[in-house]
Amino acid sequence: MATMKALVCRECGKEYPTKAIHVCEMCFGPLEVKYNYEEIKKHISRKKIQDGPHSIWRYADLLPVEGPVFLGPHAGMTPLVRAKNLGAYLGLDELYIKNDTVNHPTLSFKDRVVAVAITRARELGFETIACASTGNLANSVAAHAAASGMRAYVFIPGDLEAAKVLGNLIYKPNVVEVEGNYDDVNRLCSEIAGEHAWAFVNINIRPYYAEGSKTLAFETVEQLGWRTPDQVVIPMASGSLLTKIWKGLHEMKNLGLVDDVRTKINGAQAEGCSPISTAFKSGRDFFKPVKPKTIAKSLAIGNPADGYYALKATAESKGSMDMVSDNEVVEGIKLLAQTEGIFAETAGGVTIGVLQKLVKQGTIKKGDVTVAYITGNGLKTQEAVIDAIGRPHRIQPSLVSFEQTFKVGKHGSGDA
Amino acid sequence: MIKVRIPTPLRPLTKGQGEVDAQAGTIVEMIDTLNASHPGIKDRLCDDTGELRRFVNIYVNEEDIRFLKGKETSLKDGDEVSIVPAIAGGTSCRT
Repeated sequence: MATMKALVCRECGKEYPTKAIHVCEMCFGPLEVKYNYEEIKKHISRKKIQDGPHSIWRYADLLPVEGPVFLGPHAGMTPLVRAKNLGAYLGLDELYIKNDTVNHPTLSFKDRVVAVAITRARELGFETIACASTGNLANSVAAHAAASGMRAYVFIPGDLEAAKVLGNLIYKPNVVEVEGNYDDVNRLCSEIAGEHAWAFVNINIRPYYAEGSKTLAFETVEQLGWRTPDQVVIPMASGSLLTKIWKGLHEMKNLGLVDDVRTKINGAQAEGCSPISTAFKSGRDFFKPVKPKTIAKSLAIGNPADGYYALKATAESKGSMDMVSDNEVVEGIKLLAQTEGIFAETAGGVTIGVLQKLVKQGTIKKGDVTVAYITGNGLKTQEAVIDAIGRPHRIQPSLVSFEQTFKVGKHGSGDA
Repeated sequence: MIKVRIPTPLRPLTKGQGEVDAQAGTIVEMIDTLNASHPGIKDRLCDDTGELRRFVNIYVNEEDIRFLKGKETSLKDGDEVSIVPAIAGGTSCRT
């Protein structure tokens, strides 16, 4: 493919070769992939994309890999669900759920970024892949490493949900539980990365890894029939996903795949960890790190690496940001499940909660074509809802017992 | 004496050393001291106005100095300071 030109510092513009580096040596700014768009423009088209594989790799021209071998061949192309029931409940005419709860193979949007990261790591000659993770990333790294025959080290905070810990162990990577929160894990890993020649997907491979998130924008546009939405609501942890969706939309416009981008970008956080939303609401372009305390553990990054750029993208798009309480997170999960039959993890509850808030405020309007990004699966965060969803009705194995519990008429329908 | 852990991008300035010692009472003093023994280090950590660059994180005994007193955070004998680039760390892995 060879559409990558270089890595370039987002702050000072200094260029570097496309190796496993992520920080500018001069100013510590983050490095980003620079593409040869003139070259890409010559051969990309809607038709070529549509004829491509049913995965993120249909957009390989816009991903930072050389190819032609792609690891994680089934990631992406998750359903864009027309959410009529939830839309009606909220008062929106055209609401969609981008449903990454069913991403392959580990049921979160991280399967996109890890497919890109592990493909690039292999191209760079690495045999060991590693990550610092709030859970979903670790699951995806562990699974992809197993399938690709790579050694894996995953570093997680000590307080993760049981399903996310189990979802690592089953693939038999080296699981390292660090006594501390994600920010502690991340800092430790960045120091470990300096000492070992490993591919840390969210550290030295980050410039490549993060680009995988753009596929959420590409797929949304394609699945909407090559339209850009008016509004999107995106959960924020490091803020990277939000900035990459914004970037992906603009790449499509610059390459002539869509006419215009009028999309307003809206960011969602939980109150117990909302450094980016808090900065936005108080009109600051910088954030103050916080110590996270929320059930939305996959978003519990108190020192968000891309917070600054997320604030910028949201402001440029004339979008908004907001946050919701843990209680609203649980209600959001239930609302999505009970209207659309989609069981999201806590981050999804944050997204739905903030969507609801933005509609109430009038920020998102009835006629706006709106997409909410649901990035992870509820079966991984059962602890969050277990006490809020009731219990099964326990009965004797007799008709009488059933009829006593459910007082349903012969042709009626009803609840206990 | 303070122990300072140096991230990979700065190691060309410390002759490859991942850890150096410094004598200082605050973060500001520490940066000046490091700059005296390893010229150029201050320019990397601070912008033209002398403020820490946006993507530089400094930790004293594992605590982010933004939770302490920023660059005025005081240091005492035996403290360990880590300098870490914000995008989760500094490294040019040896590929």
